[in-house]
Amino acid sequence: MRYFICRALHAVFLLFGVSLLTFLFSALTPGNYFDEMRLNPQISPEAVTALRAQYQLDRPLPIRYAHWLNAVAHGQMGFSFAYNSPVAPLLWVRARNTLLLTATATLLAWLLALPLGICSAARFGRAPDRVLSWTTATLLVIPDLVLALGLLILAVRTGWFPTGGLVSVGFDEFSALQKLRDLTLHMALPVTALVLATLPMLVRHVRASVAEVLDAPFLRAGAGHGLPEHKLLLGYALRAAANPLISLFGFSVGTLLSGSLLVEVVMSWPGLGPLLLESILARDLYVVIGGVLLSMVFLVAGNLFADILLYWADPRIRTAASAK
Amino acid sequence: MKQRRRLTKWLVVLLILHGIIAAAGFFAPYDPVEQDRERPYLPPMHIHMMEAHGHFHLRPFFYPLRLREGSFDQYEEDNATAVPLNFFTRGTTYRLLGIVPSRIHLFGAASARVYLLGSDAYGRDQLSRILYGGQVSLLAGLLGAGITLFLGAFIGMAAGYFGGWRDDLLMRIAELFLALPWLYLLFALRAFLPLSVSPLEAFLLVVVVIGMVGWARPARMVRGVVLSVKERDFVRAARGFGASDIYLLRRHILPETASVLLTQATILVPQFVLAEMTLSFLGLGVPEPMSSWGNLLATLQQYNVLVSYWWMYLPALAIVPFFLGYLSLASALHERTSTYKIDEKSKWNLS
Repeated sequence: MRYFICRALHAVFLLFGVSLLTFLFSALTPGNYFDEMRLNPQISPEAVTALRAQYQLDRPLPIRYAHWLNAVAHGQMGFSFAYNSPVAPLLWVRARNTLLLTATATLLAWLLALPLGICSAARFGRAPDRVLSWTTATLLVIPDLVLALGLLILAVRTGWFPTGGLVSVGFDEFSALQKLRDLTLHMALPVTALVLATLPMLVRHVRASVAEVLDAPFLRAGAGHGLPEHKLLLGYALRAAANPLISLFGFSVGTLLSGSLLVEVVMSWPGLGPLLLESILARDLYVVIGGVLLSMVFLVAGNLFADILLYWADPRIRTAASAK
Repeated sequence: MKQRRRLTKWLVVLLILHGIIAAAGFFAPYDPVEQDRERPYLPPMHIHMMEAHGHFHLRPFFYPLRLREGSFDQYEEDNATAVPLNFFTRGTTYRLLGIVPSRIHLFGAASARVYLLGSDAYGRDQLSRILYGGQVSLLAGLLGAGITLFLGAFIGMAAGYFGGWRDDLLMRIAELFLALPWLYLLFALRAFLPLSVSPLEAFLLVVVVIGMVGWARPARMVRGVVLSVKERDFVRAARGFGASDIYLLRRHILPETASVLLTQATILVPQFVLAEMTLSFLGLGVPEPMSSWGNLLATLQQYNVLVSYWWMYLPALAIVPFFLGYLSLASALHERTSTYKIDEKSKWNLS
């Protein structure tokens, strides 16, 4: 139990640190959202000053930070100047879209990576492993930006997939089946880009960690006893190799909100990524801070999740933690 | 021995690649900002050896493109006039490596402009823009990596050598930076810096932003090395002879961190080139008319370009050989440093 409390406290400290850091950065910013208004002759300087006062931008930093913390505690996360609404609801909608995309992609990537990696490790150095290694190496040298743009061009030129957005026009009038089909088609491209971008890393890790335990004496003993290969691999080797993979899975979960930023922008998926980019360009301060922090919460939660999973899966950690 | 050969092989490949980019002026037929408003979005030209009616030429030639009848953006080859390619020809003046003025280009044509990779919206030569853009992107990556490694080595050595509360504080901050997803960090840093600046300032800004993001990982690795090195006998002996902290760090400890820093460099440079590409692609980096691999791709955000002009995607492929080179070099280095662990099967081998 102490182990978890320790971990959770650590996570909370980390979040505080990040929020403080982003706020400090924002204080160093030259210019803000209302600066552009100042250039507009139709808006009087008094009005701009009043607006600044309304949003408390004229207050010193510690007070703003305190106000903002208070707003976070009330589930509001500050106010968006550009959208003229609290930040939280804006973020929720976008985060939901992002999660829909990334959860699907992560699930798919892991479902593909596990069998491929295990297969590759079991045939270490032989033809299937060679082919797979070459494929992952090739995918690894193609950066995600290049990959996403390439897929986009492919889609545009063949016309097989819609090239942006979440759903088609008139989505509300579709039947349930049509809705599902429409959504799947729209998701196909970004999901493919994300899966292809993460897959080589995952396959390599699975392969490496399974291959590492395959030499272990207990597995040789098991093989000597005549256990069938699939049982050895899935029942014993995978279990022993799980430790680094669970950490990696936690990391995958953690990057659910932040990993797809670029792909979202390229494929114009209405997730957090485009929102963040827009608000950076518009100097919509609290949206930026909110977005960064929300993704951080996810990252920290993902790590925590991995810790808990590890505690459950790895007896060594359990004994080490309780021995303390 | 085999590993050593691999290392040299990839080093040579990378050197050649960088050499081509560094000597962009020679390999590029035109100036990257030279416009030809009459020929926007020209598709890549074909180089021929054989004329349409079967006449064979020893010197490669091309047909200039002209607008197809009744069209305003479809080009076709003008078969009437074959324009021969000239090699080592005189063209616009440039400065080789930024110093030596020269007019010699690898190839060019006398009576018409040759567009090997097509042209962009203003009729600028894509090939030239890619080559010159590479200078910007690679320089940003290399300088960014330099800053990062400097910061990382400095902080890591300070934390590892002095220990105590300084170590704790620095490593907590490093954890913070490691926890943030780097693209977000990049964005956050960029968000809080001025948006509209001159191209050169923007470039320096990008370099600084990129350089500030990644110091945490090298710092932690350097710290680990320093922790073990500072207890080694030769360091203790030097201390016993009355060597100062600065002298010890510079003379005895810094050289020991070299291999870690080198491996990190091969990992960081391609990452940072990609970071520059991403920032410029999103309009937060190097602006026009300067070209970089990122902002060359920015036009692809327009739907009509995406649909009609596929050759605008070509700049994206320029980074792939560099990625391959750096990744292979990193894996070769990694193998060399951990040779003793590796038996006949090299598990962490990258290729």
